[in-house]
Amino acid sequence: MATVGPLGRIARLGSSICRNHRFIFNRSSQRRGIASCLDPAHGLTDEQKEFQKVAFDFAANEMAPHMAEWDEKEIFPVETLRKAAQLGFGGIYVQPEVGGSGLSRLDTSVIFEALSTGCVSTTAYISIHNMCAWMIDTFGNNEQREKFCPDLCSMEKFASYCLTEPGSGSDAASLLTTAQLSGDHYILNGSKAFISGGGDTDVYVVMCRTGSKGAKGISCLVVEKGTPGLSFGKKEKKVGWNSQPTRAVILEDCVVPVTNRLGEEGQGFNMAMKGLNGGRINIASCSLGAAHASVLLARDHLLVRKQFGETLSNNQFLQFKLAEMATKLVASRLLVREAATALQENRPDAVSLCSMAKLFATDECFNICNQALQMHGGYGYLKDYAVQQYVRDIRVHQILEGTNEVMRMIISRSLLTES
Amino acid sequence: MSGRVLVGVKRVIDYAVKIRVKPDNSSVVTDGVKHSMNPFCEIAVEEAVKMKEKKFIKEVVVVSCGPQQAQETIRTALAMGADRGIHVDVTGKDYDNLGPLQVSKIMAALAKKEEAQLVILGKQAIDDDCNQTGQMTAALLDWPQGTFASEVTLEGDKMKVVREIDGGLETIKINTPAVITADLRLNTPRYATLPNIMKAKKKKIDKVKPADLGVDITSRLEVLRVDEPPHREAGVKLETVADLVDKLKEAGTI
Repeated sequence: MATVGPLGRIARLGSSICRNHRFIFNRSSQRRGIASCLDPAHGLTDEQKEFQKVAFDFAANEMAPHMAEWDEKEIFPVETLRKAAQLGFGGIYVQPEVGGSGLSRLDTSVIFEALSTGCVSTTAYISIHNMCAWMIDTFGNNEQREKFCPDLCSMEKFASYCLTEPGSGSDAASLLTTAQLSGDHYILNGSKAFISGGGDTDVYVVMCRTGSKGAKGISCLVVEKGTPGLSFGKKEKKVGWNSQPTRAVILEDCVVPVTNRLGEEGQGFNMAMKGLNGGRINIASCSLGAAHASVLLARDHLLVRKQFGETLSNNQFLQFKLAEMATKLVASRLLVREAATALQENRPDAVSLCSMAKLFATDECFNICNQALQMHGGYGYLKDYAVQQYVRDIRVHQILEGTNEVMRMIISRSLLTES
Repeated sequence: MSGRVLVGVKRVIDYAVKIRVKPDNSSVVTDGVKHSMNPFCEIAVEEAVKMKEKKFIKEVVVVSCGPQQAQETIRTALAMGADRGIHVDVTGKDYDNLGPLQVSKIMAALAKKEEAQLVILGKQAIDDDCNQTGQMTAALLDWPQGTFASEVTLEGDKMKVVREIDGGLETIKINTPAVITADLRLNTPRYATLPNIMKAKKKKIDKVKPADLGVDITSRLEVLRVDEPPHREAGVKLETVADLVDKLKEAGTI
C-alpha cells in the first residue's frame, strides 16, 4: 500500500544487492517514479533537465519527508528554505549581479513544478519570495537593488507581497492603504489581508495609494520589519498552505523613507500587474507538480489495491480515468510552459496566455489531484497518505494570484476589445 | 605529483525505476527508461571535489564510458565541481558487452595518460553490482587500493583509508598513487547549484575511443540469459507455535 514513510537519503542509497531493498525503495520514492508519457523532462534542453534534476532531488530529499509534518504543525521551514536558496532557488529570475540565478521564466516554471512535488505550500512561498525579489531587481534603482536583493536571493531575509486588502481582492485597484508624503518619507495607514509569510518575513513589498483613486494613484513601497507602525494580525488557520504563516499586515502611521519607493509615484499598479503575470505562471507550475505527484500516487495505488479478485488497474473505468488525468496534466504543462516562453520573449499574447495558463492549469490540476484522491478510496481521506495534502494545498491556487474568474475577465476583455 | 584525480562515473538506470526484463530474456529494458549517475559514483565525485576544495589536489577529471548519453552524466559531475571530462565513446554491441575488465583497462590507460595521482570510483554500480572495476584497475596499474572507503585522509604522500568490512571498520595506510572505491558513508553528495550547472556548460569534455588509448575492449564473457527474480509467494499466517513447528516439519526444515 502506498505509505508516506520518510526514508532518508542514506537508506535509499543502501546496497542494492538485496532485491527486497529495491522494492521498499520504490514504494517510498513514488513521487520520483517514472512514467515516460508523463515525464516532465520531455522537450527540455539538457541544461533545463539538469535544473529539473536538482529540483526533483531537493524535493524528494529535503521536502517530501517533511511535508506532512510541516502541514500538521504549521512549521515555516526556514532551514530548508535557506538550503534551497543556497542552490540558487531564492532569486531564480533575478539578475546574477545582485545574487540571483538569472534564469528564464521557463527554467523557473520547470524548477517550481519539480519542487512542488516535495511540498506545494513551501514551493508556493518560494515563488512569492522570488516575485518580490524580482520586483525590486526590475523596478528598483541600484541602491535599492543592492540593499535588498542579495539578502533576498540568499534568503538571509524573507519577503512578502502586500496587495490584497480586506476591502479589495479582485478589485485590486480600489485599495485603500494610503501613503502620505511628508518631506523625505511617507506615512502609511491601512491594512493588508491574507499576506503569505506575514509576521515571519523581513521585507514587505506594499502597494499603497499615494495619489488619487484608481490604478494611477498606486505606488510601491518596500517596508522593512521592525519599522514602527508595522504590526500583524493573528495567524490565520487555513485548509492548506500550512507551511507558510498567513497574517494581516497592519500599518498605523508607519514611516517609510521615500528612498524605499520602487520607481515613480503612480507606477505601482503597473508593477503589480507585471509581477502577477510571472506569479501566475509560478502558481500554475506549483499545481502541475502536485498533479504530477498525484497521478503517480494514483497509478501506484491502482497497481497494488485489489478488489473483486483483481488489481484496480484492470478496471476499465479507472484506466480511462487515469488516461484522462494524464492527458489533462500534459495539456496543462504545455500551456504553462508556452506562457512562460511568451512572457520571457515579451510577446503580445503573453498576458492573455499567462491568464489562460493559470486558469486552465489550476482548475485541471485540482481536478486531477481530487480524482487521484478518489481512486485511493477511503485511504485517500487519511492524512497518512500524501494525496489529500496535494488536494488541500492546490485548492487555493484557483483563488489567489487573481481568481480564476478574474482570469476569465482578462481573457474575454482581450477577445472583445479587439477591433 | 600532478595533483590530478581521475573519477569514473557510470550512467545507470535510475534507482527509482522499476526494472523490466526484455521479452527475449537477453537483457533489461533500457529504451526510454530514465537514467542517472550511479549513486556510488556521485559519492566518488563529491569526495574528489571536497579534496580539491581542501587544496589537497588541483584538478578533478571525470571519465565515463558509453554512447553519447554518457556526456549527460559527465555534465552532472561537472555541475558538482569537477573541472573537465573525458567521454570514452563506446556504442552498440560493444557497449552492451562493456564490463569491469574493459572499463578498468580504459581507466588504467587514462590514469597513466593523465598522470593521475589518485583514481576514485564508486564501489559498485547499481545495475550489475559487480564491485570489480576498482580492484581490477588497481591491479592493472600495480597501485595500492583502498576499497569500500568510508573515510579517506591524505597524509603527505600516503593515504589513510578507513574501510567498511564485514567485521566493522579497518584502517589501512597506503602509498599514492592509489585507487579508492567509495562506499555509502564516505560523504553526502552535494546538490549541483543553479550557477554551477550553468558554469558546467563551459567546461571541456574530450571525446576519445578505446582504440586511441590502445585498449582492446572485446569481452570474454557472454550473457546467456536474464530472468526476473522469482515472484514472492504469499505467506501463511499461523495461530500458535505448535502450528509453526508442524509447518516447519512439513517443509522438512526441522
